[in-house]
Amino acid sequence: MINASGTFDAIAARRVYGDELLEAFPFSAFVSKTITPEPRAGNEPQRIWETPAGMINSIGLPNKGLEGFLAEDLPRLAELPVPLIVSVMGTSAEKFARLVTGVGEREEVAAIELNVSCPNVHSGLIVGEQPAETLALLETLRPLTGKPLIVKLTPNVADPAAVAVAAREGGADAVSLINTLKASAIDPATGEPGVAAGHGGLSGPAVRPVAIAQLRAVAAAVEVPIVGMGGISNGADAREFIAAGATLVAVGTESFRDPRAGRRVAEELSSGAAERGHARPQLEV
Amino acid sequence: MTAPFGRRLCPVVESRASGGYRLFSLIDEEGPEPRPGQFYMLATESHWEQQGGRPYLPRALSIADCAPSSPLFPDSGNKGELGGVRLDFLIEGIGPGTDRLCELREGEGVWVNGPLGNAFSPPRDLSPGAAGAILVGGGIGVAPLAILRRRFAERNIPARVLLGFRDRAHSGGLDDLFSCCEVRLASEDGHVGHRGYVTDLLATMLEGDDAGSAAVYACGPPPMLDAVHALCQRMEVPCELAMEAPMACGYGACYGCAVPRPDGGYLRLCVDGPVIRVA
Repeated sequence: MINASGTFDAIAARRVYGDELLEAFPFSAFVSKTITPEPRAGNEPQRIWETPAGMINSIGLPNKGLEGFLAEDLPRLAELPVPLIVSVMGTSAEKFARLVTGVGEREEVAAIELNVSCPNVHSGLIVGEQPAETLALLETLRPLTGKPLIVKLTPNVADPAAVAVAAREGGADAVSLINTLKASAIDPATGEPGVAAGHGGLSGPAVRPVAIAQLRAVAAAVEVPIVGMGGISNGADAREFIAAGATLVAVGTESFRDPRAGRRVAEELSSGAAERGHARPQLEV
Repeated sequence: MTAPFGRRLCPVVESRASGGYRLFSLIDEEGPEPRPGQFYMLATESHWEQQGGRPYLPRALSIADCAPSSPLFPDSGNKGELGGVRLDFLIEGIGPGTDRLCELREGEGVWVNGPLGNAFSPPRDLSPGAAGAILVGGGIGVAPLAILRRRFAERNIPARVLLGFRDRAHSGGLDDLFSCCEVRLASEDGHVGHRGYVTDLLATMLEGDDAGSAAVYACGPPPMLDAVHALCQRMEVPCELAMEAPMACGYGACYGCAVPRPDGGYLRLCVDGPVIRVA
């Protein structure tokens, strides 16, 4: 059980909850919020908007940039009792390469997740929406590190399986899905979208059936480990993802409602499986 | 001071109308006593998500007051054998989450995450010459000033309280949270006190002889906070604002509660605030 990137700040949580966080850390591995080569402030408010059984977020990837992350955050994250996966995003192959090289050479990092839900500034296309772009990116990045590369798929495509196949062909060690679904909502008080950017990404239980459909398609198409996520709120949901083909599961939005959700869902998943006489899923990173 | 990690179920021991608002109290057996300015993320145990899947996320509410609750003193707001802290919240129903919280009745359970955020600073921490405090509250924002006033009183820090409301329907908390102190009131519709804004009262007070010896603490709607901020900057009076922002998590995980920093970029109000020093 891991966290969905961008849904838990282990450094902030440690300040809020103290060492009890470390004693009861809710995930078997921790995935950082996506870092970009340069610092980003993020989008102007309002960044979040509640929707039925979920929420839209338009946060804008605020982060300290690669140098700030390596100098300030990585030492703190290395203190966590679990392996660290760093999520990275670049708007070109060169920027991605800089991130993968910079992060890949750090022994504190166990694996790298590639956030491909972003445009390639040279082609103007969103990498993760195009199998050819995804393949090309992986071919550039694969030689730069021996660390496992996980490709975080975007669901805003007609054929996620094709992108997963391309990622595998390019040398990805695993894929994770789904990221958030492109969505919007109108504030009845203003007649304008609730989030300042006009649209954002939908997450929470509302997206689970979409995640399951895409997971089934991807699992049928590739033979790599798959991290499944999208509205998991309890052990039954996690079981659904395992049944649909996930090797690992991740909890995201539910952590906002319950900071211990990761641990709770993992325990519900294990105890439920035991009750049914099934073998426990192997959660190895 | 850290909060217990996670959320815990706390029983409602009281829920009643307070003017146009409602006041409800929970018993938190585990949690530390909160400090003025801090908040909690709350969701009801039952019948959350009942309005077409909303509310989904918990709601952030400032602590209005608190008291140790002991099994030895059942009339201190405690029921049965519960110990811990009694937490009081003032609430106005403005959407599906707050509406559901307004429906809470004694005995119901509430999921509680907190106390979260930072606290107001004593006047002398803001300025060596600040001997007293002026508390400025607007609407539902009066809530955190109640616990602040009481804590200042316990430390013999003199505090004057200025509270403003839009109209009678959008007012409350006075008898329940400010009954034992002198309060100056303002109302936009003139139904009570000065007809106008609470910042009119603050301007008068600061233009008197108080500017040199007081620190200002404010909580209320954004235009009120902007006016307090401007006034304090102009008069060079130290000032802290308890601000509000939409929140999903309350503990720094979602980056949703961004508030612009004066020098560019954003802070997260849940972990960098909600109390922000502005002057």
